[in-house]
Amino acid sequence: MSIDKDTAAKVAKLARIRVEDDALPALAQEFNDILGFIEQLNEVDVDGIEPMTSVTPMRLKRREDVVTDGGMVDKVLSNAPDAREGFFAVPKVVE
Amino acid sequence: MTELNRLTIAEARDALRKGDVTSAELTEACLTQIEGAGALNAFVHDTSDLAREQARAADARIKAGDAPALCGIPLGIKDLFCTRGVPSQAASAILEGFRPEYESTVTQNLFDAGAVMLGKLNMDEFAMGSSNETSVYGNAVNPWKVDDRQLTPGGSSGGSAAAVAADLCLAATGTDTGGSIRQPAAFTGITGIKPTYGRCSRWGIVAFASSLDQAGPMTKTVRDSAIMLQTMCGHDPKDSTSADIPVPDFEAMLTGDIKGKVIGIPREYRMDGMPAEIEKLWADGTAMLKDAGAEIRDISLPHTKYALPAYYVIAPAEASSNLARYDGVRYGHRARLEQGDGITEMYEKTRAEGFGDEVKRRVMVGTYVLSAGFYDAYYNRARKVRTLIKRDFEQVFDAGVDAILTPATPSAAFGLGDMANADPVQMYLNDVFTVTVNLAGLPGIAVPAGIDAKGLPLGLQLIGRPWEEGDLLNTAYALERAAGFVAKPAKWW
Repeated sequence: MSIDKDTAAKVAKLARIRVEDDALPALAQEFNDILGFIEQLNEVDVDGIEPMTSVTPMRLKRREDVVTDGGMVDKVLSNAPDAREGFFAVPKVVE
Repeated sequence: MTELNRLTIAEARDALRKGDVTSAELTEACLTQIEGAGALNAFVHDTSDLAREQARAADARIKAGDAPALCGIPLGIKDLFCTRGVPSQAASAILEGFRPEYESTVTQNLFDAGAVMLGKLNMDEFAMGSSNETSVYGNAVNPWKVDDRQLTPGGSSGGSAAAVAADLCLAATGTDTGGSIRQPAAFTGITGIKPTYGRCSRWGIVAFASSLDQAGPMTKTVRDSAIMLQTMCGHDPKDSTSADIPVPDFEAMLTGDIKGKVIGIPREYRMDGMPAEIEKLWADGTAMLKDAGAEIRDISLPHTKYALPAYYVIAPAEASSNLARYDGVRYGHRARLEQGDGITEMYEKTRAEGFGDEVKRRVMVGTYVLSAGFYDAYYNRARKVRTLIKRDFEQVFDAGVDAILTPATPSAAFGLGDMANADPVQMYLNDVFTVTVNLAGLPGIAVPAGIDAKGLPLGLQLIGRPWEEGDLLNTAYALERAAGFVAKPAKWW
């Protein structure tokens, strides 16, 4: 199993991280180093083993489905790179 | 009295209650040390005004006779914890300027008990690293130094470890996803415990890998870890994985009596090429526990070898999901956009500029192992292996083992920059003895136990049964007393 430049580009795209073309071969090589290390897992017999979903055998707590918080637009927006008229502002999404 | 910044929590607590010292004096002593320790690059955000205010309030509380154990104790807080109104950026450029409107549960618990925050501490970016070299603030530096090289304090809680070892604060918070409390504690000759998964609320701690992350104290002694952990943990309705079970009085459980306890020595931790010094330290620690009356038993944890590869699937997978929130919309950095750039360009440029190389690497590896066609081969297989790793531990605990003794790290602290040209996997091997504990959700503690030939500290790790931190701390206390580690780094900074 080997990751080529195109696969590296596809992964970067999926992760929404811009990677310049000339950086792709080195990135692909790093992926290969890491995935090569991970390949060891294929040696393990996992037949009939359940994948772990929770490390402690606990049932997640439930709560009333009610509003418990809110009414703090200023606080919610206080760290936004761009906020206007009580909203987060982003580049145009819909033509 | 010793210099105030050198006190342990227990000593300071007793002196405060007796009226021999004030929190204001303790706090000033630490702030003076921090000011003179720029070369360590441990503290990265100054909160001295807040510290002085908290110290005044603590002194009033102590005078009024209402003083919990941590009241008036000056602490450092890892930058991963969100602290209200104070920069909290997980050592990442992508969170530059972020000042949370809320307080993490752990820091709130500490402040409710009257603790004083001296400042925020350096760390690896998003807690991803084992040497504190991925931080946007630059490297934190180990106060231990034996030649002209600067050494790593370990990571990811490198700033916390350096600050405690150099007596810049009485103790610090850390977090541990694969060894990030225990490895830096071992590299700097201090004590650090990662509690059972679910003991400390994760609410308000910047998430790396949610099924593995736990906060814990980094302290000068085992007793201090018991005191501080007590305050940090407890049930929190804001974290659905926070355990709703009582927290015992950990300090009261420190009797030092471990007669009849069964200590397991796992044969799989004896790695090929393990330095003789580490092997000797481990044998010495085993002998100390035996002399203290424990029964030593050879045990097997057959899936140990697969812990690191499983971790390097699971942790990046969770990170890729957790870090999706850094998109330049709600907080932190947003890239400057060109004419015609749309929202996708905004995401891609923002994340390319904001994340460092190691974080990008892990987010992309995580994206890959979760992507269509590879999910079963990598992610599900790793989760099955995780089940087996946990089962290994359950079987030895069911057979009567109370705690497991291992080395904390495969070496002493290495030089900053030494791993710059190694492939990423070489750095990952630092966590080989600690990562199993996160995958199994168990409590683990690193205790300083010796000095290598060059004069650098070495640590041993004890692993306990789930929810039995009190018993684990007591075994660690017995080991601490037997090892008698009192060395301190000579001041050069």
